[in-house]
Amino acid sequence: MTTVVEDADLASKPVRARSGGLWRYILVRLLLIIPTVFILVTTVFFLMRLTGDPITAALGGKLPPEQLAARIHEAGYDRPLVVQYLDYLLGVFRGDFGTTLTDHRPVTEILLQYGSATLELAFYALIVAFIIGIPLGLVAAYKRDRWQDAVLRVGAILGYATPIFFIAILLKLVFAVQFNILPVSGRASTRVELQLETLNNPSGIYLIDAIRLGNPDAVIDVLWHAVLPGLALGILTAGVFLRLVRINVIGTLGAQYVTSARSRGVGEYRLVTKHAYRPALIPIVTLIGLQIALLLAGAVLTETSFEWKGLGFMLAEYLKARDFVAVQGIVIMIAVVVAVVNFIVDVIAVLIDPRVRY
Amino acid sequence: MSQTQDPTPTGVFDPAETGVLQAGLGAPKRPLSDRIPVVSHLKHSVGWQRTMLVTGLVLTGLFVIVAIFAPWIAPYGYAQRTTADGQDFGTLQAPSAQNLLGTTVSGFDVLSRTIWGAQTALLVIICAIIFSIFIGIFIGLLSGYFGGWIDRILVVIADAIYAFPSLLLAIVMAIVISHGQSTLWGGILAAAISITVVFVPQYFRIVRSEVVRVKAEPFVESAKVIGVPTLRILTRHVLRNSTRSVPVVVTLNASEAVLTLAGLGFLGFGIEATAAAEWGYDLSRSVSDVTSHIWWTAIPPGVAIVLVVLGITLVGESLNDLSDPRLRRRRRAAVVAAEKEAAE
Repeated sequence: MTTVVEDADLASKPVRARSGGLWRYILVRLLLIIPTVFILVTTVFFLMRLTGDPITAALGGKLPPEQLAARIHEAGYDRPLVVQYLDYLLGVFRGDFGTTLTDHRPVTEILLQYGSATLELAFYALIVAFIIGIPLGLVAAYKRDRWQDAVLRVGAILGYATPIFFIAILLKLVFAVQFNILPVSGRASTRVELQLETLNNPSGIYLIDAIRLGNPDAVIDVLWHAVLPGLALGILTAGVFLRLVRINVIGTLGAQYVTSARSRGVGEYRLVTKHAYRPALIPIVTLIGLQIALLLAGAVLTETSFEWKGLGFMLAEYLKARDFVAVQGIVIMIAVVVAVVNFIVDVIAVLIDPRVRY
Repeated sequence: MSQTQDPTPTGVFDPAETGVLQAGLGAPKRPLSDRIPVVSHLKHSVGWQRTMLVTGLVLTGLFVIVAIFAPWIAPYGYAQRTTADGQDFGTLQAPSAQNLLGTTVSGFDVLSRTIWGAQTALLVIICAIIFSIFIGIFIGLLSGYFGGWIDRILVVIADAIYAFPSLLLAIVMAIVISHGQSTLWGGILAAAISITVVFVPQYFRIVRSEVVRVKAEPFVESAKVIGVPTLRILTRHVLRNSTRSVPVVVTLNASEAVLTLAGLGFLGFGIEATAAAEWGYDLSRSVSDVTSHIWWTAIPPGVAIVLVVLGITLVGESLNDLSDPRLRRRRRAAVVAAEKEAAE
């Protein structure tokens, strides 16, 4: 995800409404989500089916052959592949991603139930990444090629080079096992989880639910559990943010208007945070948007390491159970989220700088 | 100083920029050391940049050496549970003279598995990169040169795949290829192909955009006019001028390949423990050890991944910065200017 194509990306955005303004651009960009999602659904569907039908994969060897055949017929997996594909595609457009094989639950229900946990984790990680990544990126750009820059860049590369589950293990070793100040895993203590379940109409986002519960202990407990997972996923993302901010601010720091502002006596702090940072924001916003894919992939590993019961955790569980219908549903759901987020990011980029359109 | 800056926004180093035309006009070739990617970058680096590049090269070199000589370096085999005279290691033993870094929950020697893991990682990197370079460059070249509706469709597909979380795509591919678990070569190929699918769009994108730029250059037009066969135009004139960003992407991808392999292994989609040593798998088995104060099963494979990825990424980052005129040291430009003046 984090390759050199960084700014080529901006230049090669396929959509560029020549005229007609903002609404036309947004509409065209919105319509472009459809082929993207369509391609991903098609690719994932046919790839998964190359291996045979999901029922044999999940239950093969556990059931006698006749029963297996009956189950396959019942679920319609003996129909021609194209018919199954069209059926699935229609389902996806109606919001139906199939039913899991192992516990017979609609995939949509799983997505709704566990999606909020992943959302919460991504939110914490983004906060960590913004707090660490952007200021340090500005420092690195300003102190370019000095020791501060070298240290920060190596730090950022280390953040990227450390697999998220290894960060998780290290954090656990230090804070949960050695010093025993933070919980090892889970989203909340059992006691608090039971309390949260008593809420009617819970949002699934524990922080919001705990606040609604009006119990300060519950809020602290939920936040306490979020520290390590948020840090683990946040550190990875922070490294990426640091690099993006650094590289783009270096570009704008060399611009003539910065030199002229400096000659007019604008303070160095203001130079960096206003004159250089603001124009660098467009590529930064766009590229940060692209990182959402990285963040979601990271969430799968983070959730597995911390038993954070979100989509990623469930994905890993269904993978172990060889329940490929559930896997397919979750993967496609994540793809849709990524496509929609990329759309939103593009619109934000246009709102920040109208030049992007023309 | 400003006149020594490249006129084009993306350039390797200014002699290379004009080298294209010079070569066509029969000008003398640049010295060999200037044309080999990493060596020329090393020559043109200074200060911290050079330190980072050298550190990266040393770490990467160590990794390759360990990987190649793993059978001789490692004290035991990767799936060995007993000493040569048949005495059991025992499970989860703390580091001792017999097992320098202790043993795992399955009774394997941690140090040996960490060393053997380098071999698995190297094989996967090599396979993944060879596959994706060949496929990516081939498709990118044809798509960019001939254009048309196939080109448009390929671009949309590449963009769609590029935006997709790479680990998830690799998981899907791993399910397709091996249903999740396999032997040494089966597992290595499955992992390599899964990673290839993620990388091909990246090579496709960079090569294609370069090809689209290069094919409009006068020397391609002239070649067409004098009747050079298309195949020769493609290979000699277009391809050779369109691959200069590839070395950078290769190094960055190599590090991503290690992480993807580890991620697959961590989720249980790696290579079976008895078929090969794989760091991600070893880490996934060590998660539960951590809570009982057992650190030696987790730290060695984890540190190994970090060092390898760090080394390769340092090389890639340095190459990237040295190839980008906006990021290249200004002092360097000054030195070059001085050298040029001296030469004149």
